[in-house]
Order: sequence, then structure tokens, then C-alpha cells
Amino acid sequence: MSITVNLPSVLAAHTGGARTVEASGRTLGEAVADVAARFPALGSRLRDQDGNPYPFVVFYVNDEDMRFRGGFGAPVQDGDEVTVIPAIAGG
Amino acid sequence: MPATQTTLVSPPLTARPLRCRNCGAEREAAAVAICEQCLGPLDPIRDPARPLPSRTAIAARAPSLWRYREWLPFDGDPVLSLDSGFTPLVESLALARRLGVARVWVKNDTVNHPSLSFKDRVVAAAINAAAAFGLDTIGCASTGNLANAVAAHAARAGLKAWIFIPDELEAAKIVGTSVFGPRLVRVRGTYDDVNRLCAQVADRFGWGIVNVNLRAYYGEGSKTLAYEIAEQLGWRLPAAVVAPMAGGSLVSKLRKGFGEFLDAGLVAGTAPRLYGAQASGCAPIVRLVERGGTQIEPEVPSTICRSLAIGNPADGGFAARAIRESGGWAAAVSDDELVGGMRVLAEDAGVFAETAGGVTLAAALALARAGRLRPDDEVVLCVTGHGLKTVEAVSGVLPQAPVIAPRLREVAALVEAP
Repeated sequence: MSITVNLPSVLAAHTGGARTVEASGRTLGEAVADVAARFPALGSRLRDQDGNPYPFVVFYVNDEDMRFRGGFGAPVQDGDEVTVIPAIAGG
Repeated sequence: MPATQTTLVSPPLTARPLRCRNCGAEREAAAVAICEQCLGPLDPIRDPARPLPSRTAIAARAPSLWRYREWLPFDGDPVLSLDSGFTPLVESLALARRLGVARVWVKNDTVNHPSLSFKDRVVAAAINAAAAFGLDTIGCASTGNLANAVAAHAARAGLKAWIFIPDELEAAKIVGTSVFGPRLVRVRGTYDDVNRLCAQVADRFGWGIVNVNLRAYYGEGSKTLAYEIAEQLGWRLPAAVVAPMAGGSLVSKLRKGFGEFLDAGLVAGTAPRLYGAQASGCAPIVRLVERGGTQIEPEVPSTICRSLAIGNPADGGFAARAIRESGGWAAAVSDDELVGGMRVLAEDAGVFAETAGGVTLAAALALARAGRLRPDDEVVLCVTGHGLKTVEAVSGVLPQAPVIAPRLREVAALVEAP
């Protein structure tokens, strides 16, 4: 078991076409760092130079907005599903 | 010899290319609202050398938002939703007295066509983008007004529509959508949950979700509110504009719209100070303006003003910046205050607005009390949706009408009652 990361299709070019990649880590930040190490071009699109999330990219773990759970410091575990969603307009 | 006849044919409708607001990367026009380089939001690029119309040329055009088409993100003539926009700008002496300012106008988008909210502007833009891209299905994530607008515009254009809303919306917003025959889906959760789902839906099914993958074109429709205010004031700018904030797009597009008319020389002077209004049960943008900085802290909404209940506003950072750069400010009001605001707007200006209009009026009163609005200010209040969409908010606090027999003496008794 590992953590599944779902990517928007605009990022699939950086993973050889895959919209889902596997990751490991104890926190969301570690899981993102793991993905970034394997797909360097993707990494710079998921976090800034200091390793922080961009304001217009939101990470969800099992449908929950991680900004309510400490951002990249939020704990994750095997079997979790991380979904990357760019911010969207209002309605 | 027969005279040669020249037929002027407009070029076919095409959408303008896009540029990332964050990193500046450019790409061709597409139903894509996210930069492939950095995931930042995309904006349409206009050719700065394009010919622009004069005041006289604009004034001679049909009374719709398309009279400003040179500032909208298309080449060629629009093909759908040609009669939205150009809503009344209504002056209210009573509101000016109440706010303690020189003059007040209500920009009355409660009578926008066809769905009675300012969302008719953004959908008019988005549906033409869908036409330019040859899409046969449009959709949206909505707190209600956008659902009404997408359903109405799609029905008239003969397009299929998939509309996603939070399960607990006002009855009129649900009926006012489903009557047009779209696929309407109620999602358990908040608007922010619906929005996240729609990001995945747009990615998966290739539809034109107006506020997701057509967002770059959709957002530009909001600017027409600024153009209309300037033209209807006699080609000049007000000192201050108060607008409701949900996702935060409207305030930043007002700033852009006023700036574009200044750049074009159609108006002179200083861009208006922009004031943003939210309900205190969901005020992440107001709180960002108050504390400074650039990062929105998302909230879980708790307010009867469902049309502004976006706890994770995508354009919140841009809105806060536009407000601060303009010299304006922001205010949040309680549910009781917003209901009071709906009544004041109706009794003073004759405009029946939904809850968001009550928020705007109540926030203007709070800003006036705090000294943010000045005695010599000319103020425009943007009232963005009709009150019949949210009658539940006020029906319980209005006086009950007496029931009488059809006899003159019973009327006389009412007239003579203290």
C-alpha cells in the first residue's frame, strides 16, 4: 500500500502521461517531496522554491482541504488519496 | 455594367489567446483556465493596438454588454446571449442621506436578462467561448445565481447543461434552475465541495464548465459592470464602489474595467475606491483586507447569505489587493444586519435584492459609520441578484397584511387606526 496522488490533466505531461502517481511519506509535504524527487518537472509545479504550497493550488486528502489540517504538515498514511486541484472561480 | 457590391462580412467568432497571471506564460485559446507551467490562473490577451470605439460609437450601439465588445475576449461578433447587461443605474436621494454622502446610485443587476443576476454577464461571455470552441455542453458549480444563468442561457442556445449545486439552497434558486431543463445535481456539502468536484468533472468529461475551464473568458464579463457605471454616469467615474464578494472575482474585474476605460481615455480622473462586502459568517476576504498579507485563510461558511458562502475564494487574494491598491476597504455584516439591509434597499431605493444585496447595503452603512465613506463621495452600490430568489430571508420579519371583508368601513378603520 502507498499514497495515491491524483493530478489535473494539465500536469500529466510531466509524469509521462499518468494522471495518478503513487507516493510515500508520513506527512502531505513528505508525499509531495517524494513525487517531486521522482518527477522533478512536476515538483516545481506543486510547491515553490522554499517547498511551500502555492496560494492557487489546493491539496485535498480523502476529500478534505488540507489547509484546515496544517497544510503540508498534515499527517497522511498508506491508503490515503491526495487530490491536487487548482483554485476555481466563484458562483 | 452592373455596380460592384461590397458585402461586409464579420469574421467568425474566435476566442483570444491566454496568458498566465502568475508566470506570464502564453498559450493559444482553449477551454483551459490553468497555466501548464505553474497552475496559475489564465487571462485573455487583447491586442493593445486594436481599434477602440469612441463614446459616441459606443452610445449608438444596442443596449447590452456587447456594446463594449472591444474589451471582451473575442474576435468577430458574438453569436449567443446578445441581450444581457446594460441594467439601470438608479439614483437614491434617501440612501445618500442615510449614508451621509453626496450622491448614491444602485447598479441594479437584479433585472439583468434573462436570469435576474449579474451572472448573466459572465455567462454571456462564457457561452460565446463555448461556441468558439465548438462545445455542445456547458455547466457550472454554483451557489444559485450562476446555476440560474447557465441553465437559462444554455436552454436558449440549445446547449446541454450539467449544473452542480450544494444540496441546501433556497427553493427559488433550485426551481429557477430546473425549469430550464438542465441536468441539475445537488451535492451533499458546501459550495467549496461542489467546486472541487467540478474541477474534476471538467477535467474528465471535456465539458465547458463556465467557472472552471472557461473561467478565463467567463470572468471578463464582470468588467462590463464597470463600463456601464462609467457610461451611465455620463462618462465619468464615481468616488467609491461597494460590491459583494464571494469568490472575489467581481471586485478585481471592476478594478480592471475602470482601469481599461481610463487607459482608453473614455473617462478621466481617478479610479474609484473599491469596497468589498461579505457576511460575517463567511468573510475570508474581508479578514484578509483587515489583517494584510496575500494568503486567504479558508473558512467553513455559516450564513443565510448562501450566494456569498464561499469559504475558499479562488480570487480572494486578487480581490484584497485590488481593494487595498484602490484605497478602499472591506466590511462584514451579521445575518440580522443583512436582512435589515434588504429592507432599507427596498424602502429607500425601490430595489428588491437577494441577501447579497442586503450585505452590500449593510456593509455600506458600516463603512459610512466608520468614516470610510466621505461626505463629498459619489457612491455606487452593486446590487447583483433579485430578492425573489431569497424570499425566505425577509418573509418572516415583514409586517403581516391585514385580511378584511370587501367593505369600505373596514378600510376606513385601517386608515383611521393609529
